[in-house]
Amino acid sequence: MKYNYYPGCSLEHNAIAYHESAMAVAAKLGIQFTEIDDWNCCGAIEYIAVHLLPSYALVARNLAMAARQKETNGQVVAPCSACYLNLSKVDRYMGDSPELARKVNIALAEGGLSYAAGDVRVRHLLDIFTRDIGYEAIAEKVSKPLQGLRIAPYYGCVVVRPGFKEQIDDPEYPVSLDKLMQALGATVVDFPLKAHCCGGHMTQISQDVAFELIRRLLKNASDYEADIIVTLCPMCQLNLDAYQESVNRHCKTDYHIPILYFTQLIGLALGIAPEALGIGREFVDARPALAKIGRHLPPVSVPAGNGRSESQARKPARPGRTPALPMPRMPKE
Amino acid sequence: MEHTPRAIFAMIAAGMKDDVLRSNTHWYCVSCYYCMVRCPQEVHITDLMYTLKRMSIEKGLYRESSTPATPEFSATFIDYVENYGRSFEFGLATRYHLKHHPLDMIKMAPIGLGMLRRRRMDLAPRKIKNIDQLKRILNKARQLGGAV
Repeated sequence: MKYNYYPGCSLEHNAIAYHESAMAVAAKLGIQFTEIDDWNCCGAIEYIAVHLLPSYALVARNLAMAARQKETNGQVVAPCSACYLNLSKVDRYMGDSPELARKVNIALAEGGLSYAAGDVRVRHLLDIFTRDIGYEAIAEKVSKPLQGLRIAPYYGCVVVRPGFKEQIDDPEYPVSLDKLMQALGATVVDFPLKAHCCGGHMTQISQDVAFELIRRLLKNASDYEADIIVTLCPMCQLNLDAYQESVNRHCKTDYHIPILYFTQLIGLALGIAPEALGIGREFVDARPALAKIGRHLPPVSVPAGNGRSESQARKPARPGRTPALPMPRMPKE
Repeated sequence: MEHTPRAIFAMIAAGMKDDVLRSNTHWYCVSCYYCMVRCPQEVHITDLMYTLKRMSIEKGLYRESSTPATPEFSATFIDYVENYGRSFEFGLATRYHLKHHPLDMIKMAPIGLGMLRRRRMDLAPRKIKNIDQLKRILNKARQLGGAV
């Protein structure tokens, strides 16, 4: 199977571990990913907030370039949630609105390109593993099961919502990542906030709001005694991992929950060396958790996380405020 | 967030245009699409929030909201996209924070340094090969732009 691959900007930088592990696992499972030649940024959630039509044209250039790639199966795989959403949204809207499709194509023509809705099929990386390869086929290849590792499966928002082209799972209580982790031999904990938002770019805009959203997720995973939160989105990983220490300071909590990509866990279960999966690039040290499954990693060249000793996690103190957000209310803590 | 989606729609229906555009509601929308999948009328609420963002920029009313710097975060982000074809986290964080939250720079410094140490951040943006083609496409789209 040879797919077009749209890494997106994050996978070149902050989520490079996601890219490394996806490539290592794909090679092991016999999947080929061909990067779209000269792809550009999808605009995330920023471009459309300022310019409407250019934001669609920006994404459509990638779709048009993917459609021109030879010897692939006509599918585009995006590992990043925002990229996946934007690609499938523009494909959907260009199909729904001939007027939009006409205008986008006038813009694309300036670059010698054109695109018609449906020319490529947009897929998320998780979907490739769960539906194209399948849980059983992956389970058969597991050589080092994640026995005893308690995993909170975190989907974030837009891989499961709103399903512009394909609804790959339940939008509010998805289970495909749960099943995938079980296929690897892990214990999947209940994680009621599994499809709640991490705040996205809010860390840059309002830290009060962002840190509260992140705290809820950490608390939820901690309540169910998860060793690890597994994610499929670069933004979620960044927010929960790089900002975990800031959240602890801000909310007077003391969480040390490592945040890994689901591809890193598949890789570990398939017996791939942790170094080849980008493990060690996380802020919150994953080594104590991975030692539970007998994967003792050498000390990484990067000083891990905050350098604090792995103390018995004390009960996090309840923060003094409850910001008014239009979100489902959390049960009494 | 000053008004919930339901309240903001009631305000729109009541013709309170400037109050709507002056509020911080749409700037607090992070595009999680929860409201959209729950809306029994299948209203594309997230897209409407984007429309409110663009309208409040066009009318300049975002300056009167409680989060006047937020559109500039988006503007800084897209400036890199338009000139390089890729986003650039280091430039975005430094340029935006220096201008709007200089004090946060000190608090955020350990994260920035941690990102660099773990090779999770580049110090220079990457440029796509055919940036001129992208610029032509985006310029044309801007000309055709029409309604916000």
